[in-house]
Amino acid sequence: MIEVRMHGRGGQGAVTAVELLAVSAAEGGKWTQSFPFFGVERTGAPVQAFCRIDEKPVRIHQNVYEPDVVMVLDASLLAVTDVASGLKAGGVVIVNTKKGRGEIGIKGGKVFIVDATGIAVKHLGRPIVNTAMLGAFAKVTGLVPLDALERAIRHRFKGEIAEKNVAAIEECYNSTA
Amino acid sequence: MARKTVEGSFAVAEAVRNCEPDVAACYPITPSTHVAEELANYYADGELKEYITTESELSSMSACIGASAAGSRTVTVTSGQGFALMHEAVYCAAGMRLPIVMIVGNRALSAPLNIWGDWQDAVTERDSGWIQFYCENSQEALDTVPQAYKVAEATLLPAMVCMDGFYITHAVEPVEIPGKEEIRKYLPPFNPKVRLDPDNPVSMGEYALPSHYQQFRQDLHEDLLAAEKIVRDANGGYAAQFGRSYGDGTIEEYKSGDADYVFVSMGSICGNAKEAVDALRAKGEKAGLVRIRLFRPFPYDALAKALSGKKSVGVFEKSYDLGALAPLCSDVSASIALLKGDRPALSSFIGGLGGKDVTVAHVSEMLAKIKQGKTLTEWI
Repeated sequence: MIEVRMHGRGGQGAVTAVELLAVSAAEGGKWTQSFPFFGVERTGAPVQAFCRIDEKPVRIHQNVYEPDVVMVLDASLLAVTDVASGLKAGGVVIVNTKKGRGEIGIKGGKVFIVDATGIAVKHLGRPIVNTAMLGAFAKVTGLVPLDALERAIRHRFKGEIAEKNVAAIEECYNSTA
Repeated sequence: MARKTVEGSFAVAEAVRNCEPDVAACYPITPSTHVAEELANYYADGELKEYITTESELSSMSACIGASAAGSRTVTVTSGQGFALMHEAVYCAAGMRLPIVMIVGNRALSAPLNIWGDWQDAVTERDSGWIQFYCENSQEALDTVPQAYKVAEATLLPAMVCMDGFYITHAVEPVEIPGKEEIRKYLPPFNPKVRLDPDNPVSMGEYALPSHYQQFRQDLHEDLLAAEKIVRDANGGYAAQFGRSYGDGTIEEYKSGDADYVFVSMGSICGNAKEAVDALRAKGEKAGLVRIRLFRPFPYDALAKALSGKKSVGVFEKSYDLGALAPLCSDVSASIALLKGDRPALSSFIGGLGGKDVTVAHVSEMLAKIKQGKTLTEWI
């Protein structure tokens, strides 16, 4: 079972992102579960959301403490949260940042970076990175086919908005390093 | 039936809609769930016949009582403090023998204020005469909705479908949701013999003198006990049509047949317990789980049989009876007392209150303590 922990701030759409991840991984033939860390909903407050992806039905209902994949939607969280806490050996951390890999000070795990904010502003006109970051997830983990992710996006959003999100996802997919 | 991946509350709302209730009455605010929100969407889209937005949960239950007395299939949805506000009318619904189905996203009671999950909102209503189901995951919760209507309408008893607040209500999981046509084959139309009808006037829920009041309570108790068999039949009939069953409908035995020590609980924690039991089994340990699905009427005999010959049993619950033995443990204790000869040692674990996360590791620790065969009372 692969466990994903997403760190964001209230209002950044972490809950929607893990749901889209669960839906698209399920479409790719996996068994999934996603849910928010149960906190008080305040805009800007640090939040967590979780996703599990497995080859068999997911039976457990608990928070993710030892993730295989950590995603950080907002690099300002790195100063206040130990995002790599509990990261499994060989685990990966994907960070939305303009900085270099060596400059963000994450200890442990394999770190990937992408300027998802820049990409989101370019395609969506707003710094909303939750969907774009799923492209980075698809690239790094290979757990979610890009086309399944894009179908989930087109199911969730309509018309032009959907296509702009798809473009952001594709650019993030290609830019993550 | 296609599988889809949706939030537990939305899955349950769709199952409710597909049972074709005549009236939904809900108070649409925290601590209610997305089930109420989605039912309101269905009503707006013309997919639900009537949706009454009430001014409180007490009014929701009162509206359901009126609608059900008039012969309507009814539903309401609640949680936590809202459920507590309903209390007076909850007894009325059972006393008037109205087969209302209530969806409960179980949450903690104040004070201190807390919006997170535990079972105390529903467990505290255990004496009210309602059937109570506790579900392990979204699939079971939505499958239990048509079963609840089937049992309720066959017995003229109201029924609660309880699912853990957040752990099920807010979790996005893959589910298969039966459609209206399929549910119609399982669930016949609601057509009560006695109903409020201007052409044939009757009084319902009226005044009972000391000479008669107790008989109503005794009848309710006896009919509730008799409903246990109807629950088994409803589970069996559902399995025959839809291919999914939940133990015998009252309890689910998981690797407990040859177990020496057994974890007993309800709800979503049982998925964690299955993982813990599997890990112990892989090491050759004779650990098992018995999950209680039907909390009221309580399946005393079925549970006693499942726990017969065990060395030790531990009950974990997200509920309490302050100043007394915890309620689920108390019921399990009464089951064990039915056994002849050596009885298992019984431990009580209370935990997960107000959303405190109880993990597979916690269950493993409890199982290690249960194995010691002592009698413990611990807060996890």
